[in-house]
Amino acid sequence: MSSKKNKEALLTPLGLNNPVTVQVLGICSALAVTAKLMPAIVMGISVTIITALSNVVISCLRKTIPLRIRIIVQLVVVAALVTIVSEVLKAFAYDISVQLSVYVGLIITNCILMGRLEAFAMQNEPWPSFLDGIGNGLGYAKILIIVAFFRELFGSGTLFGVNILNYDCVANAGYVNNGLMLMPPMALIIVACIIWWQRAHNKDLQQK
Amino acid sequence: MANKKFKCTVCGYIHEGAAAPEACPTCQAPASAFVELKAEKKLPTGSNAYTFAYAAAMVIVVAFLLSFVSSALRAKQDANVKLDTKKQILYSLNVTTADPDAYFSKNVKDMILKGDTIVEFKDDFATLYETEGKKGNFHVFVCNLDGQTKYVIPVYGAGLWGAIWGYVALNDDKNTVYGTYFSHASETPGLGAEIQSPAFQKRFEGKQVGDSLSAVKISVVKNGKVEDAKYEVDGISGGTITSTGVDAMLKSCLGNYTKFLSK
Repeated sequence: MSSKKNKEALLTPLGLNNPVTVQVLGICSALAVTAKLMPAIVMGISVTIITALSNVVISCLRKTIPLRIRIIVQLVVVAALVTIVSEVLKAFAYDISVQLSVYVGLIITNCILMGRLEAFAMQNEPWPSFLDGIGNGLGYAKILIIVAFFRELFGSGTLFGVNILNYDCVANAGYVNNGLMLMPPMALIIVACIIWWQRAHNKDLQQK
Repeated sequence: MANKKFKCTVCGYIHEGAAAPEACPTCQAPASAFVELKAEKKLPTGSNAYTFAYAAAMVIVVAFLLSFVSSALRAKQDANVKLDTKKQILYSLNVTTADPDAYFSKNVKDMILKGDTIVEFKDDFATLYETEGKKGNFHVFVCNLDGQTKYVIPVYGAGLWGAIWGYVALNDDKNTVYGTYFSHASETPGLGAEIQSPAFQKRFEGKQVGDSLSAVKISVVKNGKVEDAKYEVDGISGGTITSTGVDAMLKSCLGNYTKFLSK
């Protein structure tokens, strides 16, 4: 249950095989939800859960899925799962579902989900697929949180909506919040900086 | 003659033939050490008929699953939506209470416009005010707030990505804004979504809806461009389209009430 291969499936997406910085998946949603920390964390958790669940479902079905319509089957499974989860939340945890309503569309079309289903769940047993889903979801969440931390801190001067930099003494020292940080392009630049840092520290990732 | 496969359990050698060999050629194990390998049954995942059948079955299963979940949870979801709507209306009145339902039925009356007066709304508590407006039911919530009368008017419109809506609470002069609540379906976090922040909603307090109320004059202008502080509210920088949406929403929805408000 916790063989070396399973451990790899769970842990490499956090570092050497990170879905955002190495596989370059899920960039679009990384732009959309990282202006604030809170939505970034919510999105990270939701993607983790949905990736793990859909990986398990597809992995169980993998031997029966007709090859020519496999992408459609994957999409239907993901969309059905997300819809069911959001309906259940709407009935039993209404406040959370209101917060998540923005993300439902973003989760269904998140390329991390499709990428992992196609690359991993179609070839592997349910348990490793589950771990792979959790690992990739957390790897994605990790990058979102780093990006959102910098964007919220330097863009709005807050963290989790709590004031950090908006004081008179800071303003008098000549510091102003950078509005560009709140714009989507800044997320790309921060992701690029993370990729740069990661490749500089890992010889394996450098192109020869 | 179909070729069967036999695997030696001692060394793993695989023999193809009608029966197991008498002795394993690599480790000399006897025939009894061989087990037959059954060919894995493979589904015809490439065939057209299978593909069509699979797609049809999948659609039916998923459709049943979704409609089952949806209808099983409908009642609970509706109750949640109603409770949430009441919370939002109370929020525009700066009322936070542990039991919105009880507070609402005690202090708030659901009325609708009839000519230039209001009459009690007899149906079930409605939550979709856009549909209600199309039916000609323009709701006004009359609230008794510590002896003072406040009027809450639901507003709805479109932002940048999707629907936006809100509630505007007026003092009993039917002109001065007492409080507001705005919410949105999918505006950009940090930009347009800021209409949901208390900081933005507080900006409306004390503004006038209009002068003689021939027209609605309250408006949301570009951030930092307020000229007439009596009617104009600062928009959100970076959320221009959402701010414009709030402006248009106030004008069109409050516009339906001018007869009532000017009386």
